[in-house]
Amino acid sequence: MTVAQEPQALDFECETGNYHTFCPISCVAWLYQKIEDSFFLVIGTKTCGYFLQNAMGVMIFAEPRYAMAELEEGDISAQLNDYEELKRLCLQIKRDRNPSVIVWIGTCTTEIIKMDLEGLAPKLEAEIGIPIVVARANGLDYAFTQGEDTVLAAMAQRCPTQAATEEEKEERNSIKKLLSFGKKKSETKEESEDKDRPPLVLFGSLPDPVVTNLTLELKKQGIQVSGWLPSKRYTELPVLQEGYYVAGVNPFLSRTATSLMRRRKCKLIGAPFPIGPDGTRAWIEKICSVFGVETTGLEEREAKIWESLEDYLKLIRGKSVFFMGDNLLEISLARFLVRCGMTVPEIGIPYMDKRYQKAELDFLQKTCQEMGVPTPKIIEKPDNYNQLQRIHEMQPDLVITGMAHANPLEARGINTKWSVEFTFAQIHGFTNARDILELVTRPLRRNNSLKDLGWDKLVKEEAKV
Amino acid sequence: MKLAYWMYAGPAHIGTLRIASSFKNVHAIMHAPLGDDYFNVMRSMLERERDYTPVTASIVDRNVLARGSQEKVVDNIVRKDKEETPDLIVLTPTCTSSILQEDLQNFVDRAQLDAQGDVMLADVNHYRVNELQAADRTLSQIVQYYINKARKNGDLPSGKTEKPSVNIIGMTTLGFHNNHDCTELKRLMVDLGIEVNEVIPEGASVHNLKNLPRAWFNLVPYREVGMMAAEFLQAELGMPYVNITPMGVVETARCLRAIAKVLNEQGANVNYEDYIDNQTRFVSQAAWFSRSIDCQNLTGKKAVVFGDNTHAAAMTKILAREMGIHVVLAGTYCKYDADWFKEQVSEYCDEILISDDNGAIGDAIARIEPSAIFGTQMERHVGKRLNIPCGVIAAPIHIQNFPVGYRPFLGYEGANQVVDLVYNSFTLGMEDHLLEIFGGHDTKEVITKGISADSDLNWHKEAQAELNKVPGFVRGKVKRNTEKFARDRGINEITLEVMYAAKEAVGA
Repeated sequence: MTVAQEPQALDFECETGNYHTFCPISCVAWLYQKIEDSFFLVIGTKTCGYFLQNAMGVMIFAEPRYAMAELEEGDISAQLNDYEELKRLCLQIKRDRNPSVIVWIGTCTTEIIKMDLEGLAPKLEAEIGIPIVVARANGLDYAFTQGEDTVLAAMAQRCPTQAATEEEKEERNSIKKLLSFGKKKSETKEESEDKDRPPLVLFGSLPDPVVTNLTLELKKQGIQVSGWLPSKRYTELPVLQEGYYVAGVNPFLSRTATSLMRRRKCKLIGAPFPIGPDGTRAWIEKICSVFGVETTGLEEREAKIWESLEDYLKLIRGKSVFFMGDNLLEISLARFLVRCGMTVPEIGIPYMDKRYQKAELDFLQKTCQEMGVPTPKIIEKPDNYNQLQRIHEMQPDLVITGMAHANPLEARGINTKWSVEFTFAQIHGFTNARDILELVTRPLRRNNSLKDLGWDKLVKEEAKV
Repeated sequence: MKLAYWMYAGPAHIGTLRIASSFKNVHAIMHAPLGDDYFNVMRSMLERERDYTPVTASIVDRNVLARGSQEKVVDNIVRKDKEETPDLIVLTPTCTSSILQEDLQNFVDRAQLDAQGDVMLADVNHYRVNELQAADRTLSQIVQYYINKARKNGDLPSGKTEKPSVNIIGMTTLGFHNNHDCTELKRLMVDLGIEVNEVIPEGASVHNLKNLPRAWFNLVPYREVGMMAAEFLQAELGMPYVNITPMGVVETARCLRAIAKVLNEQGANVNYEDYIDNQTRFVSQAAWFSRSIDCQNLTGKKAVVFGDNTHAAAMTKILAREMGIHVVLAGTYCKYDADWFKEQVSEYCDEILISDDNGAIGDAIARIEPSAIFGTQMERHVGKRLNIPCGVIAAPIHIQNFPVGYRPFLGYEGANQVVDLVYNSFTLGMEDHLLEIFGGHDTKEVITKGISADSDLNWHKEAQAELNKVPGFVRGKVKRNTEKFARDRGINEITLEVMYAAKEAVGA
């Protein structure tokens, strides 16, 4: 057997698209929390409402800043006037909550009855005096996290082109001030070189602590982040001008990236995503290389993180993980887990943007080669039924999957991790690498402690799919 | 358009799916966009189901929108028929297919030509019926289909079982405590010497539906699901039914007497009076509880009841009639069946509220300020906000309402369970009240001080702010670990940097 010098090419396949995932309207759950002065109005049916109510669990009780505009039979048959109906509801929202922006989430139903949300929004916006952003996050076109992509792509149009007045600026720069506070000058590189560089704006919604953390990592290398899309408040959306650099932090943001490039004339830095210490380092290095900055101390930093993960790595080294695919984080997570020493027979993924994810795909391929493991088969639009057949055949050590399949697989003696947790947990940057492994190893640790009980299989018949 | 945050009853297709997946070896195929198969998640999570939920979607995407489903639905049905050889495939319309107006019946007819199993289109319209109505309809539709099929094939069994027997109709997956209720009813039937002929739909095979007519009567314990099927069986085959929910001691007795009457009319010659008397006075604790001093303390206390028809009506009667509690308001979200509810509870409460707007019920609770609420999970959260205890008696429900332990609401054991639920709700309220009177046992502050008092470290403002973002229940741990990390390294000022470093080093 000869060891091929050429990295083994990735193998892409496309199945039937009969798979389980969350509806993209679920993005309101994390976006309304992220953008504190927003209100999300989902224009759809009881089906959408029922999904949100059940998927959001306890969040629904916390007076959320989102609601359904529930379409009734009169709306479908156009007996009621869409504009008047939306105006009535939006005025009610303005009165009760007074948000800085109302985001309309278009759904399957508004698509099918061709409700012209993009046309209605500017008119209503002028009339009620609140910005209305339209995002068509529907199940006809998108899966789960892609919902955020549609919202951010729409938001990108609303980013100001001019820096705000001094007073507003003061507020906008609060994050910068926060970061430079109390730090010795010597810890970071001089910022003077910043001036001749075009500003860098990062896109992707992350919890505030992670935003602070990533901003700080770049700052250590002397890179100033001039803004984030989205920011904590709608009124603080970053300035975007032609020639600005932008970089994504999540793999599902292709439309936002396209929108930033084509409509806002920004330059996209295509990098692997800062998930796992390897990804974070590659992400920082790529950004630095674009700005012509020599990185310092990254290699040691990565090595130190890996060292601190050793207790978890011991558990998963040599084990196999199967991604059924439902949230588009799969490529990055698989790449990280290969680096951790796992093998990945299959990566299911709802949608594969080979251009936006190019750097990540290359990195995956390189990682597999370096680790000496076969490259995974990447299955776009997977077929869950076929996947279950393959899972039962190959008996992977871990299946990362949606909740619909998790319990049935566990009952058949197969370890599972619920994939949705990866979208809600903090997984970005050096600091959070441990959290990813905490999630990945949890079923293994749990089942390790149960393994002598002899209760592996808890269904009677031979695993019937 | 309606501004809505929360809904009590789900969309129609959920009802159909609940029926289909309750049967054994029945598969439902939803004509729906990606993401609408959320039912599988609910069933797998809430019911902690070990088997794959037999529901798949025939995905409606852009292409379907542009050219129609064409072969897709038919192919999906035929494929599923081959893969899993179900007895029946139920094609389930959703809100999306309601507007697309594709000829789903035609798809069913075409698929039937190639499929070995039966194929049927669920006759539900998203915009006309809700989850509960759809479940009732679909169950009735499946029963009719197999009765008619057996009739056509000439294998509809004639005659009744030798001993008195019953069909229990309406037990479904994701139903509120349905599996425990089912067990309890079966036990009750054993006690009464009645054979259980069939239980549908939960755990039933469609092949057995033709045996339904062999039972002497049908028992429909829940108002919401099963009545249509029972009425069909009565109209077509002359089968009598009893639809008194045996919840609470008085209603259980009434149900048993109705059963006795139905059986005696067919010549059974049974008398359950001794059984009822013995159960009521000596076996069940509910009647004795009503008489005890504990229950005396509850006299005249104010309560609000809200839920589905079955549980809200039964609960109202139990509270008012069996415990002497003052039900100020009883309400239901089953608007389509409001008259029945009014008739059931009007003499047991001051006010009746028929609404599916949780704002309205929330406001009513705030206005009335009851000592306890009996409602759904939504009312439980209203109660939390207002500091009023709440016992959950109806769907919508969370995972904690699918207990592993035996918790029926029906029959004599059910009456015991309801006593505990009611009494625990009220005493908790009482305990809280007393604590407040006596100044409370506020040890929280003391404990935190004890653990963090030795902090000689200086927390930077940002680090402190960052720490405050950490969820309360782990904040103490993060703080301690960070400080330990700092102390070990001789750092006496905790900045953001130190926090991150600590997290990386010790997972603080």
